[in-house]
Amino acid sequence: MSLMNWIDKRIPFSNTMKLHVTEYPAPKNFNFWYLMGSLAIVVLVNQIVTGIWLTMSYNPSAEGAFASVEYIMRDVEYGWLLRYMHSTGASAFFVVVYLHMFRGLMYGSYQKPRELLWIFGMLIFLVLMAEAFMGYLLPWGQMSYWGAQVIISLFGAIPIIGDDLTTWIRGDYVISGATLNRFFALHVIALPLVLVILVFLHLIALHEVGSNNPDGVEIKKPKGSVPEAEQAKFKFHERYTNKYDIVDAIPFHPYYTVKDIVGLVVFLILCSLVIFYAPTMGGFFLEPPNFQAADPMVTPEHIAPVWYFTPFYAILRAVPDKLGGVILMFAAIVMLALIPWLDRAKARSVRYRSTLHKANLTQFAISFVILGYLGAMPATDLYTFIARVCTILYFGFFIALFFYSKNEKIKPLPERLTK
Amino acid sequence: MMKRFLMVLALLLPATVLAAGYSGPLDKANIDQSDKASLQRGAQIYMNYCLGCHSMQYQRYQRTFEDLGIPVDLGAELLQFTGEGPGSHKFSAIDREGAAEWFGLAPPDLTMVARVRGADWLYTFFRSFYVDESRPFGVNNEVFDNVGMPWVLQEMQGVPRKTYERRMVDGEMREVYVGIKSDGTGRLSEEEFDQAMLDLTNFLVYTGEPMILERQRLGMFVIGFLLVLLVLSILLKKEYWRDIK
Repeated sequence: MSLMNWIDKRIPFSNTMKLHVTEYPAPKNFNFWYLMGSLAIVVLVNQIVTGIWLTMSYNPSAEGAFASVEYIMRDVEYGWLLRYMHSTGASAFFVVVYLHMFRGLMYGSYQKPRELLWIFGMLIFLVLMAEAFMGYLLPWGQMSYWGAQVIISLFGAIPIIGDDLTTWIRGDYVISGATLNRFFALHVIALPLVLVILVFLHLIALHEVGSNNPDGVEIKKPKGSVPEAEQAKFKFHERYTNKYDIVDAIPFHPYYTVKDIVGLVVFLILCSLVIFYAPTMGGFFLEPPNFQAADPMVTPEHIAPVWYFTPFYAILRAVPDKLGGVILMFAAIVMLALIPWLDRAKARSVRYRSTLHKANLTQFAISFVILGYLGAMPATDLYTFIARVCTILYFGFFIALFFYSKNEKIKPLPERLTK
Repeated sequence: MMKRFLMVLALLLPATVLAAGYSGPLDKANIDQSDKASLQRGAQIYMNYCLGCHSMQYQRYQRTFEDLGIPVDLGAELLQFTGEGPGSHKFSAIDREGAAEWFGLAPPDLTMVARVRGADWLYTFFRSFYVDESRPFGVNNEVFDNVGMPWVLQEMQGVPRKTYERRMVDGEMREVYVGIKSDGTGRLSEEEFDQAMLDLTNFLVYTGEPMILERQRLGMFVIGFLLVLLVLSILLKKEYWRDIK
C-alpha cells in the first residue's frame, strides 16, 4: 500500500477511482439497454488497437492501397483477423450506438439536466460517421471509391461555393491519391483523437449529472429528505453524499462491472460469429464490389452506402431537389440533437408517458429501419414513394412531440425505482 | 398502415436483390473448401487455361501449393509455367496494353472474382457459354451478356449451342428452348465437365479468401473459450448480485 500512497500523494488516483468507479452510485434497475455504453467503449478500444496494427502494413496510396489490404489478408500473420475485427467492429459500433441512442429516446435520458450529455453524444455520433466514411475509402475498392464520390459530390449542391468546396475536400478534381492520403490522416489520427476527447467529455458529463434509468426518476434526493434506513446501504463518494441522499443505488464497481462482463461476453460471441463465419455479413458489412480495385473509369451498377448510412441516404434521395435533400439529411441529425428542447413532457421514461407518445416513438423506430432498408436498394418509383412517407414520419415524430408533449397526460411517477 | 408497407416490402425483396446485372436463376455450386483433390483439379484448370490472360496477382504460388497439399517442387514443375520463384505472385504472361486492344478490355485479375460475383454465379457462368456468330469470338454467355472473351474451355466441353426441341405446347407443336447443350466433341462428358467447373469454382472461392478454413477452425476455439467464460461470468455476476434487492 505504500506504493499506492506514494502515487496518491502525486496524482489523485484512488480518489478518482472511488469517485468514478467503486463509489459511483448507479441506479440498481439498469436493464439490457444500459449495456450499450460500455460495449461502445470496448468497440472503440478494439478499433484503435486493431487500427494501429493495420496501419503497420497498410499503404495509403492510390497505387498500393488495394494490394496492401490483400497483403494484410494473405501475408501478414493473423492480418485477416485484424482486418475482419476492424471491419466488423465498425458495423458493431453503429449497432451499439444506434441502440444506445434509442435507449436515450425511450427513457428520456436527454431531458433536463442531461441536455449537454446528449449533445456530446450527438457530436460523437457525427464524428463517428465521418470516421467510418473516411475509413471506408481506405481499402480503395470500387465501392470505397464510388461511395466517396457520391457523398463528396453532395457538398457540390451548396450554392455558389459548392464546386470549389468539393475540390477542396478531395484535394483534386476527382477522387485520387491526394484524397486517399488526407482521408487516411483524418481517419487514423485527427478524428480518433476528437472521438476520444468527446467520449471523455461524455463520461464527465454523465458522472456530473448521474445516470438516468428505465423509470426516469432521480436516485439523488435532496439532502435530509430521506430517512437513514431507506437510503442505499453502500458507501458512496462524499462528492455525492454531501449534496444528496441516495436511494436505490449500487456502486458501479463491482456490481455493474460484473454484470457488463456477462453482456460483453455475449456481445463478443455474436461478433465472433460474424468475424469467423460471415465476415462480409452477406454484403452488408463488406460490400462485394469492394473486392475489386477502384477504377475511376467504371461505375458500379448500383452504388449503395454501407448499412449504417442508409437511413440518412434514403432521406437524401427522397427529396427531388439535390440541395433540398442534403439539407433534409443534415436536418434529420439536427432534429435529434434538438430533442432535449423539443420534448417538454413532465416524465422521462416511456413507461409513464401517454399512449400517443409510445405510438409516436414506435413509428419513428419503424420508419428509421424502413429508411435504412430503402437506402440500400435501388430507387424505384415505389421505393421513392415509401421513402418519402417514412421521411415525413421521421420528421413528424419530432414535430408531433413538440406539440403534444407540453400538455401530455402522464401516469403518476413513482417516488422510488420500481424494479 | 405500417403492416401493409412491410408486406409490400417483403413481396418485393426477391425481385430487387438480384436487380443488378443478370437476374435469372443461378445453379447452386455445391463446393467444399476442405476437398483438396477438387481444389487441386481446379488449380490445374486455372493454371492451364486461365492464367495465360487472367492474372492472380494477390495470390502466391507457394501459398497455393501449401494450402492445397501440393509439394512445392512438384507444383513448381507441373503448375508454374512462367519461371518465377515459388514465392512470387501469379502474374499472367499477356501484354496488358495489347490485350486491352484485342479484347476491348484488359482481362481482369481473378484473385477475388468469387468474392465479387459469388460461387453460384461463377459456376453458372462457366456453363453458360453458347455459339453466337454475331460476336467477335463467335461465342456469347447467358449470364454475362456480350462477354469479351473467347470460349477457352471448348476443348473440354465441346461446342455449346442453344438447343431447341419441338414439343407439344397448348395443343400445337412449338420450338421450345431447352438450354445449352454441347455437341459432344469435347474431351469431357457433360457430368465430367460440370464437375470440372465445380472444381474451378471451388479453387476461385479459395483464392478469394485463402484463410477460409483457418478462419472457421479458429472461430470454434474462440467461441468455445467465450462460452466457458460466459458460464463463469454468469456465476460471478450471480454471486455478487445475491445481496442486491
